[in-house]
Amino acid sequence: MSVQTSIDAIFLEKETKERRTRNRLAMILVAFLAILRRDLVVTGREFIPFLIQVLLQPLFFLFIFGKVLPSIGAAQQSYASLLLPGIVGLTVVTTALQGVTLPLVLDLGFGREIDDRLLAPLPVSLVALEKILFAALRGLVAGAIIFPLAYWVLGSNYNVRTDAIGVIIGIMVLTALAGATLGLTIGTLVKPEQIGLMFALIFTPLIFTGCTYYPWSQLDGIRWFQVITLFNPLTYACEGLRYAMVPPIHGYTLPTLGIGWVLLGLGVTFVGFLGLGIYTFRRAVIS
Amino acid sequence: MTTTHREQAISLLAETREELAIDVRALVKRYPRSKVNAVDSISFSVRRGEIFGLLGPNGAGKTTTIGILTTSVLPTSGSVRIMGIDVVRDPIGVKQRISVVPQRSNLDQSLRAREILTFHAAYHGVPRAEREARADALLKELGLEGRGREKIGRYSGGMAQRLMLARALMHSPDVLFLDEPTNSLDPQSRLFLWDRIRAMHERGVTILLTTHDMEEAEQLCERIAIMDHGRILVLDTPDNLKKLVPGGTCLELRVRLPQEALVATGQEAASVDGLRSQLEQLPGHPRVEEVPSDDEQDAQGLRSLRLYCEQAGELAVEALRIVSAAGAELRDLHVARPSLEDVFIHLTGRNLRS
Ligand SMILES: Nc1ncnc2c1ncn2[C@@H]1O[C@H](COP(=O)(O)OP(=O)(O)OP(=O)(O)O)[C@@H](O)[C@H]1O
Ligand SMILES: [Mg+2]
Repeated sequence: MSVQTSIDAIFLEKETKERRTRNRLAMILVAFLAILRRDLVVTGREFIPFLIQVLLQPLFFLFIFGKVLPSIGAAQQSYASLLLPGIVGLTVVTTALQGVTLPLVLDLGFGREIDDRLLAPLPVSLVALEKILFAALRGLVAGAIIFPLAYWVLGSNYNVRTDAIGVIIGIMVLTALAGATLGLTIGTLVKPEQIGLMFALIFTPLIFTGCTYYPWSQLDGIRWFQVITLFNPLTYACEGLRYAMVPPIHGYTLPTLGIGWVLLGLGVTFVGFLGLGIYTFRRAVIS
Repeated sequence: MTTTHREQAISLLAETREELAIDVRALVKRYPRSKVNAVDSISFSVRRGEIFGLLGPNGAGKTTTIGILTTSVLPTSGSVRIMGIDVVRDPIGVKQRISVVPQRSNLDQSLRAREILTFHAAYHGVPRAEREARADALLKELGLEGRGREKIGRYSGGMAQRLMLARALMHSPDVLFLDEPTNSLDPQSRLFLWDRIRAMHERGVTILLTTHDMEEAEQLCERIAIMDHGRILVLDTPDNLKKLVPGGTCLELRVRLPQEALVATGQEAASVDGLRSQLEQLPGHPRVEEVPSDDEQDAQGLRSLRLYCEQAGELAVEALRIVSAAGAELRDLHVARPSLEDVFIHLTGRNLRS
């Protein structure tokens, strides 16, 4: 009997109806934060698998290329310093990108689990924005964890400038946002049956033309390739991080892409794919 | 004088418009790269507190209509107002006041059952204590008490359906959209869900449901629009719809036509058409229609004929005589009041399920 009254209360409740007349901006903000909280709860619950998923690959890269190869003389000791910013950039971009793309492709394909959020009282573009913010956050967390990981793996080969932490953080944030918006665009355009193709056609070139494993300035000899890398947002992320992370080695300062170009490259990627991604997202969820 | 009349008329008009929960006018939807309209200029309105049904076969445009009414599909033309709010101009205002139970499950697989309810309420701004209490009450109401901690991967189809209904009720919607709510449920779950839907109706929620199940429409709906090919063929109360079928009652005969062997012996071949024209000569000249049969029945030579007239029962003996005289075998005979299915067959010449 008490349940009965409680159910009745749900429908007779004046408060609910009155709540609706309240400030619309407040209502939208409440919905947005609740959606963000949902993602935090879900990710929090699988935090360990999340870490393994994003950190295992960088761990091996750092170990093989930063530790093993220099030890057997196949690479210079200083290579680790060049590699680390590349690994951080790569991890931030791929974690942020995949954090949007994979769930979105599946969701729009058959699960439609996102529907309940699309029917929440907020503009659907804010549902997309929440995905971007949250995936960027995941990218930042993964990128930040690379530092202690590298300190542990590289040992004496770990050399990072400590006088430009603000710049490092700024570039990482911009990189994460750029990666997430790129992920939104890809995620709304790729169909579930094309996921395999997407890895081959998008991720592989993205990883290998992004100046992750080599500094851009040393590509002078392969001019055409040097130009190609400029079309990859990852290049700006890695070069920006090299600029802020690599200390002078034996008095020699590594030349990198200018910080102005880095900010421009990442900024254009972010703004461009933000607009494009929200447009394709709206088209995918409202037919 | 005239001004007061005018004012009265205007305020009356405003009032009636205000009274409507759903108001659809000349609504058209054509999907991109499609040659036909999925929804083809439909108009209807639903009063507050009413249960309204859209009945139609697969592809009639029911889900598309619900999609437009719930802001997830953009109309090509026409207007829709939900609780007085235009769905295109103010989708957020509409989303606040409605709930949808979709045709296919779209439950959030990453959450536990109870969290699906509480997060839904949180999206809609229901305060924490309130949403916790509501989740408990609704889980109990829908027979899911004690199953709230499970992930919904383990839920059966019927449980998922009930959970979606519970979710839909978490934020006290004014209008509830149910897209084929009991499709693919076993009879028991179906009855349970019907019961819950009626209970929501009694509490004053406006409900629009789609179905291709005649019985469901008859059982639940106060008014029904029969849809086919994106158009509304008729819209009325179930009782009035049944009056559309000429003749008050219907006599259904299931017969097995004589096999080739019989025909070969020189007896007059009994075709369906022959049988039909003979039956039409019965007193009162009943209208005779053949019910479309499925392939399996065809293979066995089984045919169903319906005779519509005021007192179809009185024709039974005579009809039986005609059937046996034609050398056909009577398999089944019964008198029925026309159902919505008859209405649909009468209107389209097709079976609802085909
Ligand atoms: N997203 C879409 N893009 C293109 N065409 C669509 C889309 N959704 C539905 N259609 C088409 O619109 C028509 C109406 O479909 P709809 O899903 O509204 O029918 P329905 O009455 O809900 O059918 P069912 O009983 O099978 O659920 C169909 O011809 C369908 O192929
Ligand atoms: Mg449908």
